[in-house]
Amino acid sequence: MIWLGIDTANAPLAVAVMNNDEILVEIKQHIKLTHSIGAMPAIEEALQRANIEPKAINAIAVSIGPGSYTGVRIGVTIAKTLGWTLQIPVVPVSSLKILASNIDSTTIICPVIDARRNNVYAAIYQGNETLLDDGHYSMETVIACLESYKASVNFVGMDAIKYEEQIKNILGDKATIAPPAKSLPSAVEAILLAQQMTLPMIEAVHQLVPVYKRITEAEANWLKEQQPYDN
Amino acid sequence: MGEIIMNNEYILAIETSCDETAAAIIKDGKVIVANIVASQIESHKRFGGVVPEVASRHHVEQITLVIEEALQTAQLAPKELSAVAVTEGPGLVGALLIGINAAKAFAFAHQLPLIGVHHIAGHIYANALVQPMVFPLLALVVSGGHTELVLMRNAGSFEVIGETRDDAAGEAYDKVARVLHLPYPGGPHIDRLAHEATEAVDFPRVWLEEDSYDFSFSGLKSAVINYQHNLQQKGESIDASAVAKGFQDSVVEVLTAKTLRAAREYQVKQVIAAGGVSANKGLRASLTHTFKNEGIPFYVPPLHLCTDNAAMIGAAASEMFKARQFGALNMNGNPGMALKSWLVEQ
Repeated sequence: MIWLGIDTANAPLAVAVMNNDEILVEIKQHIKLTHSIGAMPAIEEALQRANIEPKAINAIAVSIGPGSYTGVRIGVTIAKTLGWTLQIPVVPVSSLKILASNIDSTTIICPVIDARRNNVYAAIYQGNETLLDDGHYSMETVIACLESYKASVNFVGMDAIKYEEQIKNILGDKATIAPPAKSLPSAVEAILLAQQMTLPMIEAVHQLVPVYKRITEAEANWLKEQQPYDN
Repeated sequence: MGEIIMNNEYILAIETSCDETAAAIIKDGKVIVANIVASQIESHKRFGGVVPEVASRHHVEQITLVIEEALQTAQLAPKELSAVAVTEGPGLVGALLIGINAAKAFAFAHQLPLIGVHHIAGHIYANALVQPMVFPLLALVVSGGHTELVLMRNAGSFEVIGETRDDAAGEAYDKVARVLHLPYPGGPHIDRLAHEATEAVDFPRVWLEEDSYDFSFSGLKSAVINYQHNLQQKGESIDASAVAKGFQDSVVEVLTAKTLRAAREYQVKQVIAAGGVSANKGLRASLTHTFKNEGIPFYVPPLHLCTDNAAMIGAAASEMFKARQFGALNMNGNPGMALKSWLVEQ
């Protein structure tokens, strides 16, 4: 079974082609190139190198977010268009789970994606357990949550280093931050995670949308206006 | 006698530059085989205008459904298509990117040529779906984002001879509608009120330099706002119909006069109006009357081809297909895209 994996949820780009559990091609890049320019050529290149026609793909694993709104939309739009028109299932995978998969550890893993203004998209996992669901949190909330656990914590993600001081101040030596080379999302990990899930129905592809974890500012303001007396 | 079997050209076109998710299939550049538009207007109404992030989110929800419906309506399989076309710009970049990435993925999946179309070229070519375009041709493009006079000496050649220096005409309509507390989108309401009005408030006409084909609507918009403020301070009520008529008369007079002067100067054989504001009854009536007197054929597409749609993108793409103007998989959204000719002038 031929799998195509795509992760464009944040600045790095990851594309992979696998045959069952074997990697055929993996592309990972972190350069100043927008996904709109880079994603489709990377997918074409990966498949060409693997000598696989688009019609020979059997399933797609795509990073569904959270992350950059525009970034994740590009990957999801490509995945759902390919999935629909090639009539193959598309498996959505958490962008945070993909990052966490880089770390081979039984301790606590905290993938972090910057969401600006001291906010992050983050989750806390330990093994197969989720201690904090994927979400949009203030960094303080995430660190406070981690403080309550005794075990050591592995932060992962290109943006984790931005919060190094804040992390070390509270968690001290119990926290380690994965080096940059271990912090890029991997489309191979996306495929491996997808392979553990049940394949969705092909028709479900139309309903596939990014997991934003935040409503838009305009909608938030509008909702506020609808309840003027409810503070 | 041997029979020549001609294969029909079918282009799948996608348009997501603003708040409509649209897909169409155009046969031989002229025939609309399918024209699907999923409008987001109901969602944006609550904000009083299009919110770009909300628009992008809706496009992702709708995009494959709309393309599928177009193919089903046309009863065509992807392998029967000649090319995939998409609006490359201008527009809201996040919105454009959905159509572009869907088009690229679809083109790649079926190994079809990809064509990136300029949104305004699309609006102009909407006319090719109604009657043949005759050159030299003058197009008045008026919408929420554009107010332009475009001269076409030949098919595929575009010269922008005049454009707005501030607000687009449609933008001015929306802002004036807000002053008059009319629902979004305000254009049709102002048009209706102006039509019903018996009196008109006298607002200025902005002509700019004598020989200029450019437009300016921000001064007119300010004049309406000042007029409303003055009345409000005096505690007098505003006659919305008279304001609507005064505003619309000013816009229509300037648009009509500049279009007529350009049509004469360039001795065009056809004048067309395109874009959302060309659905305006007052503007249609004025242009129709003026060019009837002038003896120059004037056309404006039916309403559903004036507002954003993918059929017009397919019509323009058909010309680009003949000229072999293809895009690549690294095509990006181009929010400020310039209108460029794709054929060398004859």
